[in-house]
Amino acid sequence: MSTSSPTPPIGYLHSTESGAGVDGPGMRFVFFTSGCQFRCLYCHNPDTWKLHHGRQVTVEQALAEVAPYAKFLKFAGGVTISGGEPLMQAEFVGALFSAIKQKFGLHTALDTQGFLHENIDDAWLDNVDLVLLDIKHSDPERYLALTGQPLQPTLDFARRLQRLGKKMWIRYVLVPGLTDDDADIERLADFVADLGPTVERVEVLPFHQLGSDKWKQLGMDYQLADTPVPTAEQVTHARALFAARGLKVT
Amino acid sequence: MEAITRSAIDADPWHGFATGNWQTSVDVRNFIQLNYTPYVGNADFLAPATERTKRLWDKLGELLKEERARGVLDVSADRASSITAHDAGYIDQQSELIVGLQTDAPLKRAIMPNGGLRMVENGLEAFGFKLDPVIKDIWTHYRKSHNQGVFDVYSPDILAARKSGVITGLPDAYGRGRIIGDYRRVALYGIDFLRSDRLRQYKELNDVTFTDDVMRQREELSEQFRALEELKEMAAKYGCDIARPAANAREAIQWVYFAYLAAVKEQNGAAMSFGRVSTFLDVYIQRDIAAGQLTEVEAQEMIDDLVIKLRIVRFLRTPEYDQLFSGDPTWVTESIGGIGEDGRPLVSKSSFRFLNTLYNLGPAPEPNLTVLWSTELPQGFKDFCAKVSIDTSSIQYENDDLMRPHWGDDYGIACCVSAMRIGKQMQFFGARANLAKAMLYAINGGVDEKSGAVVARGFEPIKGDVLNYDEVMAHFDKMMDWLAATYVKALNCIHYMHDKYAYERIEMALHDRDILRTMACGIAGLSVAADSLSAIKYAKVHVIRNEEGLAVDYKIEGEYPAYGNNDDRADSIAVWLTETFMNKIKAQPYFYRNAMPTQSVLTITSNVVYGKKTGNTPCGRRAGEPFAPGANPMNGRDVKGFVAAGASVAKLPYEAALDGISWTASATPDALGHTADERIANMANCLDGFAAAGGFHVNVNVFKRETLIDAMEHPELYPQLTIRVSGYAVNFVKLTREQQLDVINRTFHAKM
Repeated sequence: MSTSSPTPPIGYLHSTESGAGVDGPGMRFVFFTSGCQFRCLYCHNPDTWKLHHGRQVTVEQALAEVAPYAKFLKFAGGVTISGGEPLMQAEFVGALFSAIKQKFGLHTALDTQGFLHENIDDAWLDNVDLVLLDIKHSDPERYLALTGQPLQPTLDFARRLQRLGKKMWIRYVLVPGLTDDDADIERLADFVADLGPTVERVEVLPFHQLGSDKWKQLGMDYQLADTPVPTAEQVTHARALFAARGLKVT
Repeated sequence: MEAITRSAIDADPWHGFATGNWQTSVDVRNFIQLNYTPYVGNADFLAPATERTKRLWDKLGELLKEERARGVLDVSADRASSITAHDAGYIDQQSELIVGLQTDAPLKRAIMPNGGLRMVENGLEAFGFKLDPVIKDIWTHYRKSHNQGVFDVYSPDILAARKSGVITGLPDAYGRGRIIGDYRRVALYGIDFLRSDRLRQYKELNDVTFTDDVMRQREELSEQFRALEELKEMAAKYGCDIARPAANAREAIQWVYFAYLAAVKEQNGAAMSFGRVSTFLDVYIQRDIAAGQLTEVEAQEMIDDLVIKLRIVRFLRTPEYDQLFSGDPTWVTESIGGIGEDGRPLVSKSSFRFLNTLYNLGPAPEPNLTVLWSTELPQGFKDFCAKVSIDTSSIQYENDDLMRPHWGDDYGIACCVSAMRIGKQMQFFGARANLAKAMLYAINGGVDEKSGAVVARGFEPIKGDVLNYDEVMAHFDKMMDWLAATYVKALNCIHYMHDKYAYERIEMALHDRDILRTMACGIAGLSVAADSLSAIKYAKVHVIRNEEGLAVDYKIEGEYPAYGNNDDRADSIAVWLTETFMNKIKAQPYFYRNAMPTQSVLTITSNVVYGKKTGNTPCGRRAGEPFAPGANPMNGRDVKGFVAAGASVAKLPYEAALDGISWTASATPDALGHTADERIANMANCLDGFAAAGGFHVNVNVFKRETLIDAMEHPELYPQLTIRVSGYAVNFVKLTREQQLDVINRTFHAKM
């Protein structure tokens, strides 16, 4: 992916959401970009995988969608760019973050699994207040089996963010039978605790089945159709494993 | 009561207060400004309910349970109510700190035939009671009611519009309400001061030309003068001498409540609001606490006791009325907080104490606690409001930053969203006109789509099979002219007669003599009308006519943008409708008593009844389906979440709806954040954001859909479950099943 182009960057958006209380601090305007090279078995938005399934927008157009909410968001939260994988469109997303900062001065968050972090330089992150870093698994082999990609780049990105002092929320989806092994969680918790105070919190997100219809609609085989959602006890237990290392967990 | 009264008699009731203009002329705001202590801390100081309070509330709980089972516990059907008609009544005389009931027993309802005898008779009959024959005789042969007066003058077009429901809820058979007496005056000045002030104002009119207006005013002043004397007598039945000012906190609370009590003894108004009392009372509470005469626990106990009384205000109403208004509402609205014109917050510790009653006594629909929200409010208060909202769903919010420039810093909310300067302004409540139905009239040339009757005369129907936007707009514009003219004519009749036959003596005695009156018109069906016009403009709407050639259904081809998604294409239509109808109201030639016309976008919960009376609409809504309440987007059509819906509503200009714009939002706790602290912070920030974006009002409900479904199946488990609907709160279990389903089906924002 080129880092500069003579024409203004064009982005591909899957959708937007004008308010969510759970994608960063406060109420968020969320851009879901399209395109992702991960193939997570539990993905609840498989319809975002293909870049060109999104609608094309310029930075200006995307900005116009935030504009009506800017006053509200200034008080209530900010803008989150999620996906898909936003770093697949690093140039567009970077330009959008920059414009949101310049024009509205809003809080910004990037929701990513970090795999493509080498696409962006440190300055790119200047316009990002918070990174929601999704770490899908702590075991490299199982990570590959779960997502179709290697784990190491994500861990490298976490270290890089630590070095830059960039605030992070670590997100971990708890899937019974896939990601709920104590040893795996503890390994991740150790790693996260070692990142120090740049990690503001860990979010343990219980797996849900709301995405299953989308797999069906896309005519794809959904391997987790029979996977149960975690019980409240399982969620509490997983959270406790992180909390035991002094991490703030929600 | 007696001990306190005696010890207070000798002391100067105003000792320790900062002196000012308020001492020589009636000026409560001046007193508050000079004497109140803003509180910028958090809620940690609050005291829980005492054993006494819990016992009293539990005792009442038994009666409330019985009332829920029977609809009405008891009625005092042997006499027409008045300020002095009943002896003193108590819940538990030994333990009550603040006393006074509407009749001689708790939850025993009074009858007020001055509004209309038929309403009283129907109400009694519905609940198995009988009217005393003497009363029937008096109001049949000797005394005319408001209701009779109105129907003596109504014209055929008004009657037709009323019958079809294109204008609904008119206060022509019940009290108009929405008048807030400045009940604080009684505590600050005592009755004698207020009476001599009335007398002085009466005498000023001795030598002017006796026009109709002057003579009416003189008669009213005389009535007010007498009502004040009766108020004094009523208080004396409870052993209190309110001729003099209140001398301590307990007396101040008691005096204010007596004044309010007199109003609800005599008037069965649609909304009998309380005003803006908490920070006024705080001055007295602060003084007593500073003097070591009162503790926080005792202060809270008195506020709890006052609120218990406000929770059991009752009126005898008919089942049809309850259906229209949902539940058994009284709109004892108390306005809390706000910012002063000098920039100091009008938040006091007592602002917290009033909200704290929702913990001490549990959630409740009444009093209708209304927070006047400003982005400038102290953080501690914002956080507490948000917490109370999340825990109880019992508060509504209105934008003080929008209202203060219009109404100053001593206004209160009457009913749901109607701001008025306390004691200086009243409104002529006007219910509302159904814009969605009027649009169908535009299509059918004034013929009612349900009955086939001609309601608006002299109009041509639209003949094409596909609706043309420009043609519909041209027809609709003329139909709105007709609607505005018919509507204002009806309101003039109503308020002329209400003044004549059911005059609010005591409430008006607690106003200045010369006041601003507003003619508060209203619109219903805004989102249905806006979506219909959007469908006609952006999709293709085919007309389906019946055998008589009447358009009775519509088929939509294609998609259209719906109001409530922050899409200007649709939202601008809603704005246009609001502004256009307001202008048509303003253009009317005459407003009774030179009232200033205003408008609200508010339906209370009559959105269910309005929906019933309106046929299929071009937006795809089926006949009979409820409208969205107030300014809300139609159920299920605001697909972009809470924030987009709020942004759409915030576009409606307050200037074109000075009587208020109501929005009801429901969210699940999870959508507000992961932890309790986060939910509080997010909620407070959302309210700031909505206010900053120009939003006028929001009802906040926080609960899970499953809770409501469970409450519908097991009402006995949820006696206090309170939800907020379009400007006020109701006990969920008191709604009809239809209304309950409407609430449940309303958009739940699992995301915000």
